[in-house]
This record gives sequence, structure tokens and C-alpha cells, in this order.
Amino acid sequence: MMELLRERKYLQFLLLIVIFILMCKLIPATEGNWLWRLPSLLAQFPTFIYESVTFLMEDWWLIDVYDPDINEYEQKPLVREITRSIAAAVLFMIELVREIMLGGVKTIVAFTSWDYVSDNEWAELPGLPWTVVTGGVAILGYHLGGIKLALFAGLSFVYIAVFGQWEPSMQTLSFVLIAAPMAILIGLLLGIWGYKSKTVANILDPILNVAQIMPHFAYLIPVVVFFSIGDHAGAVATIIYATPPMVRLTMLGLKKVPPEVTEAGRMSGCTDWQLMRRVLIPTARRDILIGVNQVIMQCLAMVVIASLIGAKGLGSNLLIALNGLRIGLALEIGVCIVLIALVLDKLSLAWANKPTDYFADQSFKQRHKHSLWFLGVFVVGVLLAWIGSFQFKEGFNYLNVIPHNKGITTEPFWQWGVDKIWDTFFYPLNEFNKWFIVEVLAPVKKAYLAMPVAATFTLAMGTAFIVGGIRSALIVGGYLLFIALTEWWDRALITAYLMTMAVLIAGAIGIVVGTLCAQHSTTSRMLLTWCDTLQTFPSFIYLIPVMMLFGVTDTSVLIAVVVYATIPAARYTVVGLNSVPASLHDAATMSGVNRIQRFLSIELPMSFPHLALGINQTVVFALAMVVIGALIGTDDLGQLILGSLSDREGVGTGLILGFCVAFIGLAIDQILRTWANQRKAALGIPD
Amino acid sequence: MKVQTARAVRTLVAAGCVSLLSVAGVARAADSKQPIVIPTHNWSSQVVMAYVIGGMFESMGNNVEYVSADSQAVYESIRTGDVTISHEVWQSTFGKSFLTAMEKGGVIDAGTHTATTLEEMGVPNWVIEQDLCPGLPNWEALKDCHENFTTPDSDGKGRWLEGPQSWHGDLMPVRLEALGLADKWTVKFAGSADALWTELAAAKKEGRGTIVFNWTPNFTDADGFTFIEFPEYTDGCRVEDGGDGSCGSPKGWLKKAANEKFPKTHPAAYAAFEALDFTTEQIGQMAALVDTDKMDHKDAAAKWLADNEDVWAPWTKQ
Repeated sequence: MMELLRERKYLQFLLLIVIFILMCKLIPATEGNWLWRLPSLLAQFPTFIYESVTFLMEDWWLIDVYDPDINEYEQKPLVREITRSIAAAVLFMIELVREIMLGGVKTIVAFTSWDYVSDNEWAELPGLPWTVVTGGVAILGYHLGGIKLALFAGLSFVYIAVFGQWEPSMQTLSFVLIAAPMAILIGLLLGIWGYKSKTVANILDPILNVAQIMPHFAYLIPVVVFFSIGDHAGAVATIIYATPPMVRLTMLGLKKVPPEVTEAGRMSGCTDWQLMRRVLIPTARRDILIGVNQVIMQCLAMVVIASLIGAKGLGSNLLIALNGLRIGLALEIGVCIVLIALVLDKLSLAWANKPTDYFADQSFKQRHKHSLWFLGVFVVGVLLAWIGSFQFKEGFNYLNVIPHNKGITTEPFWQWGVDKIWDTFFYPLNEFNKWFIVEVLAPVKKAYLAMPVAATFTLAMGTAFIVGGIRSALIVGGYLLFIALTEWWDRALITAYLMTMAVLIAGAIGIVVGTLCAQHSTTSRMLLTWCDTLQTFPSFIYLIPVMMLFGVTDTSVLIAVVVYATIPAARYTVVGLNSVPASLHDAATMSGVNRIQRFLSIELPMSFPHLALGINQTVVFALAMVVIGALIGTDDLGQLILGSLSDREGVGTGLILGFCVAFIGLAIDQILRTWANQRKAALGIPD
Repeated sequence: MKVQTARAVRTLVAAGCVSLLSVAGVARAADSKQPIVIPTHNWSSQVVMAYVIGGMFESMGNNVEYVSADSQAVYESIRTGDVTISHEVWQSTFGKSFLTAMEKGGVIDAGTHTATTLEEMGVPNWVIEQDLCPGLPNWEALKDCHENFTTPDSDGKGRWLEGPQSWHGDLMPVRLEALGLADKWTVKFAGSADALWTELAAAKKEGRGTIVFNWTPNFTDADGFTFIEFPEYTDGCRVEDGGDGSCGSPKGWLKKAANEKFPKTHPAAYAAFEALDFTTEQIGQMAALVDTDKMDHKDAAAKWLADNEDVWAPWTKQ
């Protein structure tokens, strides 16, 4: 009997579930019973963090700083002065790019003073006409990737201009053009460091884990405390969010470089720097490029959230549009965000993939023909803008900047579409909604809340033990223990309930859709493009239509989460199924299996590790979205994180709540990843 | 030795000149050219008012900068001086954040608008017109009409859609309990203001009764909204003040907040900001320009400034 149990994992699971159910039945739900709920020993932790940060930012190491405006010396804390100078440097770069596009005085102020600028009317950067910027982007597209890219980039920018979103789009673009390269650079450097030193890699790993899963709302207040409010704060929050995948992929790429390549480099007499620059990074290019792609997507995905702490541009316009329930306008803004993401992504990929022509012997004119073209576009654009200033005497010079919200608008069309959907689907959906809440959601939620803490620990740690042994069990237990010792265990259970439901639905949809699309290379490609688009499309937008249809209920939250969390499930399914070697297909066909047999007994098992990672990402996406779903109205951790924005000790509560959410994700990550790695090893798939 | 004395004297003279100059500077009390940072949040009247106040400061020769910020998180930024003012501090929604920041130091109270605010549970007018709850706006009517206000998740009870729990904690659940309505009504906390407006729109389409938390002045005033009349608020009627909580909300103040250095760096602008005082109608006008006339926020502010120069010009001449 014991022998059998040791060998058969499913029997172990069965036993575990029996124990779990027994514990749920037997442990009484009484106050003070430690098997039911642990005491909140960590309740003071947020206060402690808050007090330490306050001390650091307000009382530690005061220095005298002269304030010329009020002509007094002021005592200012050193740390804040340092973080504020970093902030000022970042802000300067953002403003510089922004004023090249749109004009302004801040760059000149940086070198002179506000007094100077106020006294001298002419001291202002004029800003480029939109025709010049659009032409420039098209030429850049042509230079990097030929006529198709030129058309795509050019038309995207024309769209942005014609729809009257030029100004906010350029504000967003200038912010992304600084945040993304900084994230890429930091990610690259940390990745290289992690590659060179095992210790650094070990330290980085948990930090990256937490940074990736922590909901962005949780670190908004800490960022504001350290870096104040404005575009630079938005940039910092964006960098925190966007850097981890870059670090990960850089390390992964460098690790995969075959030793032969490194040795060949060494033998040719490379210094360390040359080896890295000329040999390792080019060889690892494929993974590093995926990292760059991820950074750009993440940066654009953060645009709306960054606007909560002062980033100018499309994000804040979107929030205002949503507050007035103008879904059509919000959709237009959302499309602009996606277009910027796609243009930047395609341009950066084309740039990185552009082959270097070592042997060309070109004249000055040949080498600089694109710069010369741009010069031409510049002159023509400026001339047009100048003529325009006579043509459009009163009001706006459409050849310089098409003013905000004065372009064409398709708002009525979208609004009509939304209304149409509402009229057609509301009543059937309403019936479904009632059934779903009463029969499914409410009982599941109740069941989650009725779990004694001891039973939850047994189930989670037991699963981890069966999958990965004692080490996994202890890690998972550690994560859960942290949450159980805060005062928010019940809230965490509600988060877990929403997440589980969302992952089940999103995983099912994603795997089915992914499987269907993976059958053909065209549909696979289309699906992957859709995934990119949906990932950058601001998730705030569909909160409103969903709420219109399903009310302020858990169903709405769930649907919003599912829409977003399906993306990774579908993506990894396609990637997994496509990575099954063709030789296996052939071998299978030759052994005479039919298509369905091949799928069930070869493709599916072979892509299980990928699917597991896809589900893992689904969990991460679902957790991130559960917090945004709190804007609809939940009573989970997300709601408290939103609340911490106004809390006196928000730095502490926000961070600890963020850790709670992250630890739920990490506990699941631990189990799924261990399992995926075992499967990989068993199937002989390399990492 | 001699050389050194001469240098010392020269330094002294120079220092004297500098201090004289700076004393003159203080005496002249001109506003600094550093920009005044005005926050914009996500509702129209606030954004238009930000541009109106900015335009007023600019007419006085000041530089102005706008920064989009979360309406709760902004008080921490005013405290540290990263944002200069906030011109719409609502008593019950932002009062807590504002007072907290004041208590920590760095934020000053720059006066109160004439406009009073009311933040209370209420119904859109069509709920009354369709007679979904006969007897409203008197609260006693709620005793027997909850069936028209149920939702799938409300367990057969009528639903009150309250703002996020961080706005007023358990105020509404306690009130339901105290008024003896708890067996017929339940409170659901919305996650954001957007959720409240969506509920209004959705309930109207469905023709279902809805009771939501709302405030005035607000853009919903235009479509007609009636606040429920609860037993009048008296000092000490709330639970935290020792009462049983069976009372409605008080008329609230609408304050202005500023960073404590603002009066010193921009004395003239601060004087104008202190004098600035909007009425409910004026705030309604600003919101309507955007919400009803669909104007751009900046254009709306420009139009309001042009139409109402007699209102704001005196404030700048303090």
C-alpha cells in the first residue's frame, strides 16, 4: 500500500484532498482558534515601514539649502535632495524630447532661469510641425525596414494627428522615449552583471519575481514619496515595471551562448568589453530583442497608471474621458496608445535586425541620403507651417499642430456601437449574470472564506511537497505565512477566489483558442499580433462597457480580468504547440496516427511545460488585473491597495498589500515552475 | 597681511550689497517666476477650474504648470511642495487626506469657497418620476420599496451603491443599521467614481431602481438627481462622535489648500488664491461647458474666463 502511494502521484493528491476536506469540516470557525485564523502579528509592520521612510525622507541627515525665492535657508533631508536631483535629471530629458516635438520653455529654463524666460519672450523652443515629425518617422521606417514599415509608421502618425490626439500623444511618446531606453539599459546592465556573478543572479532573482508580480498601484505612493509627482515619477514607476523581463531575458540569452563562441572570441584576443560587445550580445540577440519588445509593451501598458502620479499625455486624457463615460473617446485614445506601441516595437526590431554592410563603399550622398531626405521634409514642413500661419489666421494652424480634440472624431460611431451592443445583449446577459452570481460566484466565494487557515496551508504546502519535495513546500509555506500573519488574510482569500475563477476561465479559453490558431502558421501569427495589441490596449477602457452590461458586481471584475489574462494563455499555447519539432510530426504520421491522436498523445504532452508557464503568466496577469478590477468595486486586497493611496501610512500599507498579492502569485509560480521544469527534463526539452 | 584685510573689506562690502539687494527684493514682494504647480484630477469641473485659476495667475504675470495627479495622493505632494495648490478639497471625500497632510505639516488652509457641498445617497429623478419608491425623498419611504432596487448579488435586499470604502469607511452600513433598514437594504462599495456613473447610466437603460452615493455640485445635476432626506445631521450624531449614526450627511465645505511656502514665494498670487471664491452655480457652469457642450477643458476655461472677467479680475487686485 505504502509502496503504491509512493509511486503514484495522483494517489498522493487524492489523499491530500481527503485530508483537506476533513480539516475544513472539523476545524471550528471560532475567534482565537489558531487553526482557523492566525493572529495578525505583522499588523504593525506597515506603520514601521511608514515611520522608517518618513524618518529617512524628512529627519535623517538634514542639510541647509538656500531657497532664493524666499531668501531663507531651509533644513532639508539629504536623501530627499538626492532623489530629487535624480528626478530633475530624468525630467530634464523628458522635457527636452517633448519640447523638440511640441515646443516650450523648460529646456531653456534649465540653462537660465524662470526670470530670464519671463523677461525674454523669444526664449522658447518652437517645436516641430506634425508634418515634419510624421515625415521623419516614415523616413526612419524606410531606412530601417523598407517601404512597408515606412507606410505603417507614417500612417499611424497621420492617424494620431488627424484625430486630434497629437499633443497628448507626443507627450506620451516623449515620456516613453526616455523611460524605455532607460529600462532597456538598466535591464541590460543588470542582466550582464547577473550573468557574470552567480551571487548577483541569486540576489536578483527574488527581487525580479516580486517586481514582476507586485501590482503597480502598490508602489505608486512609495515612488511619489521618493521622487515627488510628475513625468519623472511616472517614468520611475514605469521603469520598475518594465525592467524585470529585460534583465531575465538578457541573462537567459547570455547563458545560452555556446562556450565555443566565447572561446573563439577569447582566442581572437578580445578584451572583456570587446567580448561582451562584439561576441556575446550579438549572439544572444534574439532573446535580448524579445526583452526590448517586452519593455516597450510594458511601458505603453503603464501609460494610464503613470498618469495617476503625474505623467502627462494620453493616460490622463483617457481617465478623464472614462470619468465622463465617453467610451468612444476613450477608445480613440486607446488606439493611439496601441499605435505608438506598435510603431516603436517594429522600428526597434527593424533597427536591431538591420544587417551591417561591412564592405559597402559609398559616397557621402549615398550614406546620408535618408538624412538628406529628412532635411528636405523638414524644410517643406516648416515652410508649410509658415504658410499655414497666414492661411488659418484666426484659430488654429492645422499645418503646425492639429489642436487637441479638434481633429476628426469617430466618437459617435463607437458610442453607437457600444449602445447597440447594450441594446442587443443586455437582457440575455442580465439573466446569465444573475444565474452566474447566485449559482457560481457566491458559493465559491463563501467556500474560500470558510477555509480554515490550517487547511489552506495543508493543501498548498502538500501540493508543493508532492510536486517539488520539501524545499518547495517550505517556500510556499513561507509565502503564505507572511500573508496569514498580516491582518488581511480574509481579503487575500477573496483575491485568491477571483484569481482562481479568472485563471480557470481564461486558461480554458486561451488554450482552446491557442490550439485552434496553432494549426496554421497564418492564424498563429495573427493571434500573436492580437496578443501584442491587447496587451498594450489600456485595460481601463473595458472596465466601463463591462460594468454597463454586468453592473457593479463580481461578474464585471471577473470578465475584465479574463479579457486580460487570456492573452498569455493563448500566446504560450501557440508558442508551445509550434515548438514541437517537425521530425516528431513526421515520425507520428509515419506510425499511422490520425490528426486527433497526434494532437492528444504527442503535441499536447510535448507542449505541457509551455502550457504550464502560460498558466503561470495567466496567474500573474490575473493578479495584476484583479487590482485594477477593484476600481469596479471588490472587497479584496486590491480595494485596500486603492485605499492606501489616501492613507496616512500609505507607503507601508501599500507595500505590504503589494507583497501579499505578489506572494500569492509567487506561491503558485513555485509549484507550476517546478513541475514544468520536471516535465521538461523528462521530455528532454532543453531550457 | 594688508592684502588680506583689503580682501576682507571687499568681501564685507560685497556681502552688504547682496543683503541690501535681497532686503529690497523682499520689500518689493514680487512673485517668484517659478511656476505655480496646479494639479488636475479626473473630473471635469476640477480640470476646468484648474485652467481657470491658471489663467488667472498667468494674467498676473506668473508662470503656471499643470500636473495630472490622483485626487487622494495629491495632498502628500502639496505637503512636500511638489504641487503648489489644490482648489477643490471636498470635506467628506478628501477631508481626511487634507487634514492628515495638514497635521503632518507643510499644507495650509487657504480658505473656503462659498459653494457648499452635499455628499449623500440619492436617486436619479426618473426613479421618482416612475414612482419606484413612493414617498421619496423622505427616507421613511425606503421602509417598503426595496424590491425595486435589488441586484443579483444583493441577496434579495435593495442595494445602496456607496463610493469606495476608503471614502467614508462604514458610515453607510452603520446608518442602515441605526435606521432599522438593515434587513431590507445592503451596501455595496463601488471601486471608483466611474463605477457610480456607470451604475446610473446602466440602471436608467434597464429601468431598474438605483440608489447611489453622489454629490453636488456635479455633472449629474444636469440630468436631475435628488438626494434622500435623512434625519438631520447634528453634532455628535455619528458613531465616532458618540451618537448612533442615524443621521444624514452635513452640508460640507469646499476648501482650498496650498503649500506653506506659497504665500512667501508668490505673495500676490497667494492673495488672489485666498480671495478666490466660487459658488455652486459657477462650478456648475464650468462643468457644463465640458460635459454638456462637449468643449475641450482648456477651451472651456478660456471661455469662462472671457465671459466672467468681472468675477475674477477683482481677486487679482488684492
